[in-house]
Amino acid sequence: MSYGGYKETRIIRWSIFISAFIFIGFMVILPLTTVFYFALKNGFTVYIQALTRPESISSIQLTLLVGATALTLNTIFGIAIAWAVSKFDFAYKRLLVALIDLPFTVSPVIAGMVFILLFGSDGFLGEWCINHDIKIVFSTTGIVLATTFVTLPFVARSLISLMTTQGREEEEAAVTLGADFMTTFWKVTLPSVKWALLYGMVLCFARAIGDFGAVSVVAGSMKSVTIEIFELYNEYLSSEAFALASVLTFVALVALGIKKSIEKFHSENGGKNEY
Amino acid sequence: MNRMKIAKRSALPAFGVTFGFGFFYMCLLILIPLAALAAKSIDGGYETFIEAAFSERALAAYKISFSASFFAAFVNAAFGFCIAWVLARYEFFGKNILDALVDMPFALPTAVAGIALTTLYSSNGLLGAPLETMGIKGAFSYFGIVVALIFVGVPFTVRTLVPAIKELPKEIEEAASTLGAKGYQVFWKVIIPTIWIAWLSGFVLSFARAVGEYGSVVFIAGNLPFQTEIAPLIIVTKLEQYEYIESAAIAVVMLFVSLIFLVLTDFLGKKLGNAGVNR
Repeated sequence: MSYGGYKETRIIRWSIFISAFIFIGFMVILPLTTVFYFALKNGFTVYIQALTRPESISSIQLTLLVGATALTLNTIFGIAIAWAVSKFDFAYKRLLVALIDLPFTVSPVIAGMVFILLFGSDGFLGEWCINHDIKIVFSTTGIVLATTFVTLPFVARSLISLMTTQGREEEEAAVTLGADFMTTFWKVTLPSVKWALLYGMVLCFARAIGDFGAVSVVAGSMKSVTIEIFELYNEYLSSEAFALASVLTFVALVALGIKKSIEKFHSENGGKNEY
Repeated sequence: MNRMKIAKRSALPAFGVTFGFGFFYMCLLILIPLAALAAKSIDGGYETFIEAAFSERALAAYKISFSASFFAAFVNAAFGFCIAWVLARYEFFGKNILDALVDMPFALPTAVAGIALTTLYSSNGLLGAPLETMGIKGAFSYFGIVVALIFVGVPFTVRTLVPAIKELPKEIEEAASTLGAKGYQVFWKVIIPTIWIAWLSGFVLSFARAVGEYGSVVFIAGNLPFQTEIAPLIIVTKLEQYEYIESAAIAVVMLFVSLIFLVLTDFLGKKLGNAGVNR
């Protein structure tokens, strides 16, 4: 153990240490262990059976589809808005950047309900949707919209903070030498922000597949993995619920591993933690 | 030449298309839907709005949501300081693992956290059983809500405090203790004045996150009106009963609170000079 600064007394040092570990032990390690313990409690065969139920498989398919769509949309948005914000000055820029963060502070429940108020049968555009035979609420489209709302900031924020600090000189040089926008972006900007981009995308996808609040409001009878977990647990089918939960936990652990290694090995990201 | 009116002259291309698309996307996904929410909430007139937004049941739910979030943020601020101190000051075996575990509540889906915590804290659970002999009901109670909200807020204080503790001028601490300052004096006179903004910022972030939390709480809360019903849950319940105006009214109150938090965290972030802060 090495430490700089002033030297705490040994008692204080150890109490800080022990508090930190007990807290993480009870609040994080124990819940994680619980997931895997109850998933595998009745043996591996039961575990596999729980995961290969048709309901489980269709929920995983829906969640992957929704996650991939939300990720694609928010990546395109993130790149576009980061370019505009970091390479140009314009009025009310700060307000715009603050608005990007709004989905983080809004309750996911609200993220889901706004689309019911817009596109539900009673909603502002509800009649229009019925007349044109467009189904948004209680369909995959609605789930995608709600998930995209919730995960909107991740890629944009990760890119904006890095691209702003990198300045504009390199891109300006490329453009002066005759490169067009696409060439400049692919050859100059992207190589220097690729890890930040990946970082944002990993967080976006992890959050997208794990969303419950927003999705549960708009899903109707459709079932994402998290809704399936909720229903299984309420029907006291806890080993099935935990089996599905273990898959999400595993994905979360992988995402966290990627996040940590980017922070560690690609400090261009500034070692920042983006929420 | 329209872009020159909005943006200052720049040698770089594609402002119009990137800004246009980004702004259009945000309008479509965030601004128009939230405007629809606000419009819906006053659809039945001002009095209906006030009645719905501040009904007794809604007021009870705000009280539960805000007080539980406050306790949770407070616990996280206290233990978050210990974890941040350990991560910033010491080298030890397993430091990377501890560092990664701190972020786990952020990566783990809230529904998963919900069933895990409920199982642990229910009356026959690993932690619920001993708590029950002490007379504390773990799951399906106010206590359970606080536990779930502590879980979702773990990363925030740690992440704002680690950079702040790393930047503490060690010379000053050393000077203070060389000159005979006691440990608690160094803590109150040197450490706290330097890191309090970061600490407060972490507290506010974790409070804000807890207020909107739904996924993990619905499992563990019991969801009894006036006792263990949080505000986001009323929104969902009213929505399922097609009471859209009531639901929207409560959502608008919560949205307003979110906006206050957004301004507050933005202000604190600016005060911290954006250096090493997650804003």
